Amino acid sequence: MGEVKKHDTPKVDQLKTGPWPSFVDDIYSYSEKHKKQACFDIMGQMELSYTNRETHWKHGGIVGVFGYGGGVIGRYSDQQEKFPAIWAFHTIRVHHTAGKWYHTSALKKLCDMWDSRGSGIVNFHGSTGDIILLGTVTDQLEPIFFDLTHQLHWDLGGSGSNLRSPACCVGKSRCEWALIDVQELDYELTMAFQDELHRPAFPYKFKFKFSGCPLDCVAAVARADMSFIGTWRDEIRIDQEAVRAYVRGELKPNAGAFSDRDWGPFDIKKEVIDLCPTKCMYWDENEQKLYINNSECNRCMHCIAVMPEALRPGQDTGIAILIGAKAPILEGAQLSTLIVPFMKVEPPYDELKDFIYKAWDYWMENGKNRERIGELIQRIGLNKFITEVMGLTPIPQHVRVPRDNPYIFWKEEEVEGGWTRDVAEFRKRHPA
Amino acid sequence: MPTVEYKGKVFEVDEDGFLAGGLDAWCKEWVEYVKELEGIQELTEEHWKVINVLQDYYRKNGVAPMVRILSKVTGFPLKKIYELFPSGPGKGACKMAGLPKPTGCV
Repeated sequence: MGEVKKHDTPKVDQLKTGPWPSFVDDIYSYSEKHKKQACFDIMGQMELSYTNRETHWKHGGIVGVFGYGGGVIGRYSDQQEKFPAIWAFHTIRVHHTAGKWYHTSALKKLCDMWDSRGSGIVNFHGSTGDIILLGTVTDQLEPIFFDLTHQLHWDLGGSGSNLRSPACCVGKSRCEWALIDVQELDYELTMAFQDELHRPAFPYKFKFKFSGCPLDCVAAVARADMSFIGTWRDEIRIDQEAVRAYVRGELKPNAGAFSDRDWGPFDIKKEVIDLCPTKCMYWDENEQKLYINNSECNRCMHCIAVMPEALRPGQDTGIAILIGAKAPILEGAQLSTLIVPFMKVEPPYDELKDFIYKAWDYWMENGKNRERIGELIQRIGLNKFITEVMGLTPIPQHVRVPRDNPYIFWKEEEVEGGWTRDVAEFRKRHPA
Repeated sequence: MPTVEYKGKVFEVDEDGFLAGGLDAWCKEWVEYVKELEGIQELTEEHWKVINVLQDYYRKNGVAPMVRILSKVTGFPLKKIYELFPSGPGKGACKMAGLPKPTGCV
């Protein structure tokens, strides 16, 4: 290692103070240990950006590895003379494991590779889920990909107009509320759709996210074009003795999540019964017994989250599928909207794959350039999407409220006499 | 902008190796030059079909075609396009055809 040049970074250095882990501290201690000029240069460019209050990365960047159309985000500095070690600072997306469980041996291998071929800076993880390797030059891309696939047995994640890396919550690996094996589902669909992930063929990006229950710990409803949410359709299981233990104050509500403040003794009526959104619960003081009218329950998870040792979701489990979430550009932000209230899912998930292909086929054929599927649904209408595209029957659960305007389209075959009318016939009864 | 010299011709290119002058600066030598960078052994008629379709579409519409339009017009499924251009239609074929670099959330 030759000499490295540290830049003067007074503004950036202020971020070493305070109690939160400092990324500045991390990057400097790493770069001093490993003598990485790229890390010093990145801090130098950041200082310049803090001073000028604008980015110093050039527009765009198209780099990648042979065989794939995505996975690498190219980036070039616009201050290449000042910061030569980051003239190129490409980002590599590495596909994370479902639920983000790792063995140290795997992470150490990844670090060894990245120490030698990249900046050493990472993002664990990108918002979509990938492991982000932050900063390397073009010539290292193929060697990194070779090491990843041949030695580490890891693949790249997605980028571009394709299926992005799917992600899931921790699911059954360590959550008693997981209603489906989201990790298995995530993995199976990721492997099934490798081609769609690595070689962009869509009008725009498309994301899958899988949450084991409606608490939605991966924010699938907000951040995935197709959101898969675990749910159930039988009865909430009640352990009445455990409910009484909560009422007696022997068990902490919400598993002690609010212990840092004195909220008074647990009051089942105030904290559970009265907060139920459908008011389908009843606590009988005399009987010391909890009743739930399950047919009115909308499975919001509140009572279960407050009394996890007393209440459990049902056992007839499956997924709800919602479609269309996206950030504001172009037509405004959207959460996913309910398309399938309940579907049983089991390996090899054929019914689910058919469902996905149905949506993709239509969107790939009819989606405009850079039109998310949520915008396509807005354009063609939810009714058409549900009936003609997905071949489903509209049900009340598809809407929150019925429309309040009367601009209702009818199909010609639904209307007696059709659309072809003769104005002369009309005039016979209605002279001008 | 860096320049590259190939068979007596000089090309201005950006960091990604896209032709800075676009279609106006494009010539057959450019294709010969790019093919080596893009992992292509031998240029076939099928390569030229893709390049011609891209250039025609760009001249007519001012943008590169969407992937499925490229597939439809050439008759090549995406898999075939990757066989021809290992970096794919964007980085491989568009670069070779002298089209501007793809933009957006790539």
